[in-house]
Amino acid sequence: MKNLMLLGDEAVAKAGMDAGISGIYAYPGTPSTEIMEYVQTSGQASDGGIFCQWSANEKTAMEAALGMSFTGKRAMVCMKHVGLNVAADPFMNSAVTGINGGLILVVADDPSMHSSQNEQDSRYYGKFAMIPVIEPSNQQEAYDMVFHGFELSEKYRLPVMLRLTTRLSHSRSSVKPENALSQKELSLPEDPRQFVLLPAIARKRYKYLLSVQDALEKESEDSPYNTITEGTDKSVGFIACGLAYNYLMEVMVREGLDHPVLKVTQYPLPGILIGKITGDCDSVIVLEEGYPFLEEMLRGFPVTDKRIRGRLDGTLPRDGELNPDHVAKAIGITVKEGPAVPAVIKNRPPSFCAGCGHIDMFNALLEAIDDFGPGRVFSDIGCYTLGALEPFNAINSCVDMGASVTMAKGAADAGLHPSVCVIGDSTFTHSGMTGLLDAVNDKSSITVLIGDNSTTGMTGGQKSSATGRIESICAGIGVLPERIRVIEPLRKNHSRNVEIIKEELEYKGVSVVIARRECIQVATKSRKQEKKHK
Amino acid sequence: MQKDVIIAGVGGQGILSIAASIGLAAVAENLRLKQSEVHGMSQRGGAVQSNLRISDREISSDLIPLGSADLIISVEPMESLRYLPWLSENGWLITNTTPVKNITNYPDLEEIMAEIRSLNNHIIIEADRIAREIGSPRSSNMVMLGAAAPFLDIGFENLEEAVRELFRKKGNDIIEFNLKALKAGKDIASEEISK
Repeated sequence: MKNLMLLGDEAVAKAGMDAGISGIYAYPGTPSTEIMEYVQTSGQASDGGIFCQWSANEKTAMEAALGMSFTGKRAMVCMKHVGLNVAADPFMNSAVTGINGGLILVVADDPSMHSSQNEQDSRYYGKFAMIPVIEPSNQQEAYDMVFHGFELSEKYRLPVMLRLTTRLSHSRSSVKPENALSQKELSLPEDPRQFVLLPAIARKRYKYLLSVQDALEKESEDSPYNTITEGTDKSVGFIACGLAYNYLMEVMVREGLDHPVLKVTQYPLPGILIGKITGDCDSVIVLEEGYPFLEEMLRGFPVTDKRIRGRLDGTLPRDGELNPDHVAKAIGITVKEGPAVPAVIKNRPPSFCAGCGHIDMFNALLEAIDDFGPGRVFSDIGCYTLGALEPFNAINSCVDMGASVTMAKGAADAGLHPSVCVIGDSTFTHSGMTGLLDAVNDKSSITVLIGDNSTTGMTGGQKSSATGRIESICAGIGVLPERIRVIEPLRKNHSRNVEIIKEELEYKGVSVVIARRECIQVATKSRKQEKKHK
Repeated sequence: MQKDVIIAGVGGQGILSIAASIGLAAVAENLRLKQSEVHGMSQRGGAVQSNLRISDREISSDLIPLGSADLIISVEPMESLRYLPWLSENGWLITNTTPVKNITNYPDLEEIMAEIRSLNNHIIIEADRIAREIGSPRSSNMVMLGAAAPFLDIGFENLEEAVRELFRKKGNDIIEFNLKALKAGKDIASEEISK
């Protein structure tokens, strides 16, 4: 087998296909998007008939993957960390139903919030659901541990979480692939009531989940992915989880250090291994990408073991992703920085692409709303969140997928008029539609401005769930047809667009303005492809 | 052998084509490689970089430690200075001269160039002008790659082969233009070094 140069995300995708998945479900979200994209563009998926379409949101993706597992086939579901909040309901209950065909949930966390609203650590969800979590430290492990994860999943009849973080998701290295396994045959669960979580059955299923916890910990103790490397200098030892192991190795090799190291890439935590290293060493530095998950447990409450060092005692920064320099400083090694960044350098935040329709949409909105005063525009997750930056300063909230509609509703219910929300087409179908139904039912006076660029733009132009059907969805939800307006956000239409938005802002009731123009990135890409085919 | 390279630019400038070429050439020489990229929000016109590490030994960290980059290759002048804390004592900074002014407070270009010139090891390349002169204005990134070639410890023929591979689907004309751009960049850098 020829080695492949793969991103961490791609290694997981390739491994999924090689491990015989019959389908993969996902909603795009940085840094997880490339997993599905790799499957979609691989010949392997089309040859093998592997299902690989985007879902409307992470919850529908998780449920569909569980349904595929129900049939005895292997399935994968992928999302970014905050996506798991959306999918939390089926996720938590999938640990109770258990699985039939192997099921791996891939969650990509984004410490340092490169492209996210928070840096929550998905390992807590894994512990919460009491399922195994695997956290590869490099691209090869990302590939290998998918096979390992499916074996664990099928051995214990439970879903397994595979946790990635941004730097592994988006870093490329050489990966040696295995021979591909064939897909499983269709075979329904032996117990036809396994997935029926009526209280009486759920209690039994939950007892099963509890009963395998010791065995899962034993798996972690014996796992080839959790290992202690002995070292002569026991003044300090290290526990390094996932990607943090690489930063530690970088520093130890460079400095020629010789300390005991426990590498943890499989959970539940291996108690015996942890007991061994904490017992052997005078103090232990815990290196984790994300929250101080393990460190907090080891310190105890109230803090009983002050020999445990890490993010909680200031040895490492409390927030943000780790890097080799943080680790070096934690060990007491002076970091030799290059020249300082000259004062003349200015920040360069992201901005709208030249020619983006959102620019014209915000220009029209800003003029239309001018008479009413600022501070009343709720917004959402997507490219249009950049409307918060100079020179627009056009939006006043960005909380979670779909929250613009419901926050505008709540504000309207409190008497704010006009109360406006700006949401993209893909975010609207992800989680905005249900909020719109609430507003219609309660006759809340909101103006919903849907920036319809007919794609999932921020993540690179994935298929949007309801392209061409936004008006009919709004009408179906109960918005009056005369209150569904469509504008084309172009400079030449500016005054007409301002007028239309003004009319809808003044209206008392639910109104929708759809600002529709294709994403400039997608348009350029498709023009290029057309040219090629000519 | 180990080379730590930071490739810098603005989202949309296509710095990953430079990284991918070096990557292909490194693989052809049986070197190990780790290449960290920026995807997501910053790709929308923000500051972007790629950490590229090639070595004949195992590479642990996907990120380059502070003060240890051998090379900063930047396709935009202000961006070339953003990563100076990562540059090693003997490291080189190679930058294009064409600014991308997508922010309202873009500094005075002369001040930026003065900062670049104050560094011991720098090469300033008018990559866009050179690309235009050879008749392929879109090949400026390959001019930049060529300028970096003398510092990479990778056979030039392997870089050429990588460029062929990278543009294989785009036809022979595009390949030839990019090879020309690569050579032009290399020649200028070699001249600068021997000064």
